[in-house]
Amino acid sequence: MAQKTALHASHLAAGAKMVDFFGWDMPINYGSQIEEHHAVRRDAGMFDVSHMTIVDLTGSKTREFLRYLLANDVAKLTVPGKALYTGMLNQSGGVIDDLIVYFMQDDFFRLVVNSATREKDLAHITAEAKAFEVTVTERPEFAMIAVQGPNAKAKVATLLTAEQQAAVDGMKPFFGKQAGDLFIATTGYTGEDGYEIAMPNEQAADFWQKLLDAGVAPAGLGARDTLRLEAGMNLYGQDMDETVSPLAANMGWTIAWNPEQRNFIGRAALTEQKAAGTAKLVGLVMEQKGVLRHGQRVVVDGGEGVITSGTFSPTLGYSIAMARVPANTGDTAEVDIRGKLVSVKVVKPAFVRMGKKVI
Amino acid sequence: MSSIPTELKYATSHEWVRNDGDGVFTVGITEHAQELLGDMVFVELPEVGDSVTQGDDCAVAESVKAASDIYAPLSGEVVEVNDALADSPEQVNASPYNDGWMFKIKASDEAELDALLDAAGYKSSIDEA
Repeated sequence: MAQKTALHASHLAAGAKMVDFFGWDMPINYGSQIEEHHAVRRDAGMFDVSHMTIVDLTGSKTREFLRYLLANDVAKLTVPGKALYTGMLNQSGGVIDDLIVYFMQDDFFRLVVNSATREKDLAHITAEAKAFEVTVTERPEFAMIAVQGPNAKAKVATLLTAEQQAAVDGMKPFFGKQAGDLFIATTGYTGEDGYEIAMPNEQAADFWQKLLDAGVAPAGLGARDTLRLEAGMNLYGQDMDETVSPLAANMGWTIAWNPEQRNFIGRAALTEQKAAGTAKLVGLVMEQKGVLRHGQRVVVDGGEGVITSGTFSPTLGYSIAMARVPANTGDTAEVDIRGKLVSVKVVKPAFVRMGKKVI
Repeated sequence: MSSIPTELKYATSHEWVRNDGDGVFTVGITEHAQELLGDMVFVELPEVGDSVTQGDDCAVAESVKAASDIYAPLSGEVVEVNDALADSPEQVNASPYNDGWMFKIKASDEAELDALLDAAGYKSSIDEA
């Protein structure tokens, strides 16, 4: 029996096409995922992301624990509310999950992890937390709505109380604040401005309806995937997993090597991988007809790679992809599309940000 | 429930066929098929003058989700293709039985129509799928 978020009935009422997403019955689109994509790039759209797992960590050694658990360093989080994107690695340097960690207060940090990896994440975190006497508490009583797009913040503002608006006014990117019943964060998965807002389940349908009334377009998992891919953001399970080094997944920037004496899970393996060299994750652009797809073979000088995520880019009007290729790959490659080798450009894996082409 | 016009014939591979008279038949994909595929982004059509054989792939419908072969529901010669789909592939989603038509075949053997399904037959084929 598929799990349902607090917004399930709202999706059906909006005409959503529902699909199974790792055990959750979720909207893939509400008619046209391309229209939903454009709504986010040009105005404001909203996603039900209640299936994502919120995990609160409490205890006096929480910061110490996270400096060991995560490849990025929560020592960077000095102001309450500040957030950090990081990989959580295994001892072999593979990625167990990617997540966002929020510094709430000295003995309290919040993680938001993927739903597809919920069970193994909780098992791993709980096992490692014991030595630090950190309490691990999942928060299934929260729903979460991502409101994204150039007009997202202004439209959300019409729903907030004066106190809540004051709390989030001028909040920088990658911050989260508890404002009344809402936990409002300036994070997202689209490359646009906006918020991710957690709230008690019983308030979610009403909040969703008010956003609809404010002109925010509901958007499904289909648009979420094309938006994140245009923004060059990784999808766990596709662009990286436990068998892939973060160095081969464009996550090198999330590894805090300094201070050198900080021991974190996977550090020894990563150090070896860095010395030996790894494949790299690049962007591919194909301006002719056709669509690059996950799993297609990429042929480069003296080697081969694979497309980890590929799609048609609604903003650009042609196909883009992320591909794992040998480190010495130059600025062109060929992709095996149903038996035909097609030339593509190799670029940095980021295509569209804040509504603008960046390639 | 997706629409399945009763005046058309259908292939189990989700193409529809409309008899235009004089041995010419228009071909497209069903509303059910476009729903499965999602937003169409490219349609690769055969060329006018191509000869096609019933059951062979002769076009590709590429959506945000997948590339899907389109099979010739009848044998014959392609006499016209819907060039408007090059700029407006979304017509296949918006109007699968009208503006979203794909190509027209001058049939070489109209007896092949007997191998196609009527609306009720197609409906039961997708209900079982």
